[in-house]
Amino acid sequence: MRDDTSFLTSRLEKAIGWARKYSIFQYPFVTACCGMEYMATACSHYDVDRFGAGFPRFSPRQADVLFVVGTISHKLAPVLKRIHDQMAEPKWVVAFGVCTCTGGFYDNYATVMGIDTIMPVDVYIPGCPPRPEMVLDGLMKLQDKIMHQSTTGKRSAPEPRPGINGA
Amino acid sequence: MNSSSLIECVRDRFPDAVSASHTYRGDATVVLRGKSLLEVAGFLKEDPAMRMNFLMDLTAVDYSTFGKRPAPAFFASSGVAMSPSPQIPDKDPWPGLPDPSRFAVVYHFYSMTHKHRLRLVVPVEEAAPELDSLTSLWPGADWLEREVWDMFGIAFRGHPDLKRILMYEEFEGHPLRKDYPVNRRQPLIGPVN
Repeated sequence: MRDDTSFLTSRLEKAIGWARKYSIFQYPFVTACCGMEYMATACSHYDVDRFGAGFPRFSPRQADVLFVVGTISHKLAPVLKRIHDQMAEPKWVVAFGVCTCTGGFYDNYATVMGIDTIMPVDVYIPGCPPRPEMVLDGLMKLQDKIMHQSTTGKRSAPEPRPGINGA
Repeated sequence: MNSSSLIECVRDRFPDAVSASHTYRGDATVVLRGKSLLEVAGFLKEDPAMRMNFLMDLTAVDYSTFGKRPAPAFFASSGVAMSPSPQIPDKDPWPGLPDPSRFAVVYHFYSMTHKHRLRLVVPVEEAAPELDSLTSLWPGADWLEREVWDMFGIAFRGHPDLKRILMYEEFEGHPLRKDYPVNRRQPLIGPVN
């Protein structure tokens, strides 16, 4: 007896992944100078809409990719975490700029040393600020990740960051 | 009024309040005793010859580690050492610390009527870091004094709402004080990093 289930499921996952990766509703959490580069990427010259991500939603409940653009301070961290918690699954997080990746050149009393200390991050785009080409490259990597993800959006737990979660 | 006559004017009017004064590269500075701050500031604002109607800046300095380490020489982009550098004598040297007190609160006043400016330096003791608030004279002093309170822990008597402005309420200490440990972190959420 033939079993079509597995055949059908894999096609469905692929179709859903394909649809998801070209309909990114992003939430731009813009705090600092990286915002300029984000805007350059979003505007017609680089045209992020070519990748289906041209529609910013300023409500976390309607967004599925959180773009964290710019330095996050300890005062702001609970706000960002709450925004992330309000987003519905499946959701992804992009750390845009070196401040969100590691804290960048800030090493002081005020700055969060990388947003991955407070939430899972899918794609890191370093740079101070990153060029739009780098942003588009990061976006394509995110699309690749979305494409190869299960339908439910489940994924493995993020690896602990050496020196912070581990030690 | 030019910088030296500004100083003369304040000195003549308040001989007991002014402890020192200098002009440095055309900028007038008057060092005051803290208890007469409100009186002098009122004079600067209301006197027709002064008319300092704009409080440009209000900030503070922690001098507790000042002069303990040699300052690095400053190099221009060409690589040539420039003044201020210990190797090159300054024609118009900085006059030095205003007072042995740990802190100094610095006020920059500007008169939009007369186009002149004056800097007031008020030394503040570490034991009682408190000064009179200037919010009654310049409402713009409100947030600036809150910032000085937040960063340096200098309180202002008569301020309408003296609370932190940059850091969060849970933050302990005053981060721009030189004895605040440079590695101390106080995150609201997440690990200490």
